[in-house]
Amino acid sequence: MSTIIIYTILTLSMIGILSAIILYFVAQKFKVYEDPRIDRVEATLPGANCGGCGYAGCRAFADVCVSRGELANLFCPVGGNDCMSSVAGILGIETTKQDPKVAVVRCNGTCEYRPKTNIYDGTMSCAIASSLYAGDTGCQYGCLGCGDCEVSCEFDALHMNPLTGLPEIDDEKCIACGACVKACPKTLIEMRKKAPKDRKIYVSCRNMDKGAVARKSCSVACIGCGLCQKECKYDAITIASNLAFIDSDKCKLCRKCVSVCPTNAIIELNFPPRKIVAAEIKPETSEN
Amino acid sequence: MIKTFKIGGVHPAENKLSAEKAIEVLALPKSVFIPVGQHIGAPAEAVVQKGDQVKAGQLIARSSGFVSANIHSSVSGTVKKIDIGPDTSGYPKKGVYIDVEDDIWDEQIDRSSEVKTEISLDSAAILAKIQDAGIVGLGGATFPTHVKLVPPKGMKAEVLLINGVECEPYLTSDHRMMLEHGAELVVGVQLLMKALNVTRAAIGIENNKPDAIEKMKDLLAGQNTISVMPLQVKYPQGGEKQLIKAVTGREVPSGALPISVGVVVTNIATTFAVYEAVQKNKPLFERIVTVTGKSVQNPSNFKVRIGTAISQLIEAAGGLPENCGKIINGGPMMGKAVANIEIPVTKGTSGILMMPEKEAKRRAVMPCIRCSRCVSVCPMGLEPFLLMTVSEKQIWETAENERIMDCIECGSCSYTCPANRPLLDYIRLGKGKVGALIRTRKQ
Repeated sequence: MSTIIIYTILTLSMIGILSAIILYFVAQKFKVYEDPRIDRVEATLPGANCGGCGYAGCRAFADVCVSRGELANLFCPVGGNDCMSSVAGILGIETTKQDPKVAVVRCNGTCEYRPKTNIYDGTMSCAIASSLYAGDTGCQYGCLGCGDCEVSCEFDALHMNPLTGLPEIDDEKCIACGACVKACPKTLIEMRKKAPKDRKIYVSCRNMDKGAVARKSCSVACIGCGLCQKECKYDAITIASNLAFIDSDKCKLCRKCVSVCPTNAIIELNFPPRKIVAAEIKPETSEN
Repeated sequence: MIKTFKIGGVHPAENKLSAEKAIEVLALPKSVFIPVGQHIGAPAEAVVQKGDQVKAGQLIARSSGFVSANIHSSVSGTVKKIDIGPDTSGYPKKGVYIDVEDDIWDEQIDRSSEVKTEISLDSAAILAKIQDAGIVGLGGATFPTHVKLVPPKGMKAEVLLINGVECEPYLTSDHRMMLEHGAELVVGVQLLMKALNVTRAAIGIENNKPDAIEKMKDLLAGQNTISVMPLQVKYPQGGEKQLIKAVTGREVPSGALPISVGVVVTNIATTFAVYEAVQKNKPLFERIVTVTGKSVQNPSNFKVRIGTAISQLIEAAGGLPENCGKIINGGPMMGKAVANIEIPVTKGTSGILMMPEKEAKRRAVMPCIRCSRCVSVCPMGLEPFLLMTVSEKQIWETAENERIMDCIECGSCSYTCPANRPLLDYIRLGKGKVGALIRTRKQ
């Protein structure tokens, strides 16, 4: 009886040892070299797997960082500059700081400003609505209000406001991954440079119709009159196809354009009330 | 046994309310808006200017490519402006506005009602006339007919099929056309046969139109080149591939054109337009439009000048019903809801349907219960539930492998779904995306 047990143990052990030897050589033969830095870079990344960097998840991004050996055009919006400098540290290279960005919705067509001309009762998806027709208001460029951007946001930073029917962005939570920019079929969402205290000045309209046509469908539409462009001292405003655009890199947040806009299409956010500001804001703008 | 296509299909309530109504000529509008892009392919280029005097039948926009079509003025008067105007899609389209004065037609056009049966032209001349007249597929797809009639190199047409199926519920314009203009249609078919150089033709008609079948059979008695083929009533039999399967038994391979099995299909209204263009020198500037709906006072079939606002058609049919919830350009299965009643009638407008609010409303979407009804009704043998899911999840590769591009957008899946799932909406979205991907890959 005991001999059977001994033989069994011996045989199984032999098989085990033999397999281990074979596996060792096979593993040597088919070994794939992987840079150990990839693992370390991945560990420093936030692990959100949001795709905001343009690659399929954090592992893929780490792979690209290591294989390129430089960080030009590579940026993790979730981790920000701190994360990128530690990645640079692992790779032993320098990186340039990028300005933090934030998403901005460029449509202010609430029901009050932009009356509905028909009722959309189809599937609640902007992609489908825009594949079917121009939208339920007179403006073919404006927000459809079905909330594809809200669904796309992984960080709970974007919500549809049921009162206005427009999306609103929580600046604290937005990490500028760009998912909403891709989700919006009307390309209303733009990534803009984050200013101190989350101050923002932007043209909240994408209507490229002629002024009269745009105004007819929405009372706060940009009519491309060019008054803001004339007012701007910093060449930050350009007008193309009846639409003004403020370049956030050039804008000094002086707010002069806001007061000249005849349709209130330019929006200022998170500024203290006017007049008191005029003196106060100067030191800050010089920082920019 | 009466023929039909084999896979899938549904049978929605027919509701052919205007089947007994003879074609009426709609009063001339005060002004028209004629879009320059009324067909698949490149929009035509306007050749008139503001202030020009035009006659009905005069060329106002010239075809701008191989797959494109000429546009003619449908009225006589002064060109008011060339500007953007309303369209079914809601996106503005470019077109010509004309203020109507009198009703002067181009001198070339033979306005007599006498049927001219003698065919004097040869194949090339017939094709040239069709191209000049700006004829496109009037069933709704608006593909330029002259392109369809020239088979690609290495392929040859054997059979001409005339689509008299009119499987869309409510619509009756082709039905009335067969009853009232049967003799002209026969000449039209002969002209198309000559243009294509084929010896056989068949007219497929669903057997819910026994009067049309009888009329066409009477007209075609005593000859054996053109046959009338009664078909079982089933939607979407008017689909090109379904009709070919039903009448000839041939199956068009995935991604191929009907010509690959030697068949060319044209619609009844198109055939009539070919007759008028070749025998009467009349370009395509009028068409028959069914204006209908359950609560519409007077469902009718109107002969309408292209460019007339649909509001005028609605008025002529007794006005907008009080309980109207949706106005559809086309039939209830494949038509598109319109957002503006000032949109013009174009070459592709086969009907204007007013749905009562109760029927027009979408029902609440519920989860898929895996009953596979959508699979069993799909006439292309696809799996709509799967295509919807992959479109929703944006897995375009799988969508392409599951042959999303074969979908003919007939809507049978959405119609039959007990959970009211918006199958076609998502499939159409996926088709758009996959189509764009395929195009970029080819470049």
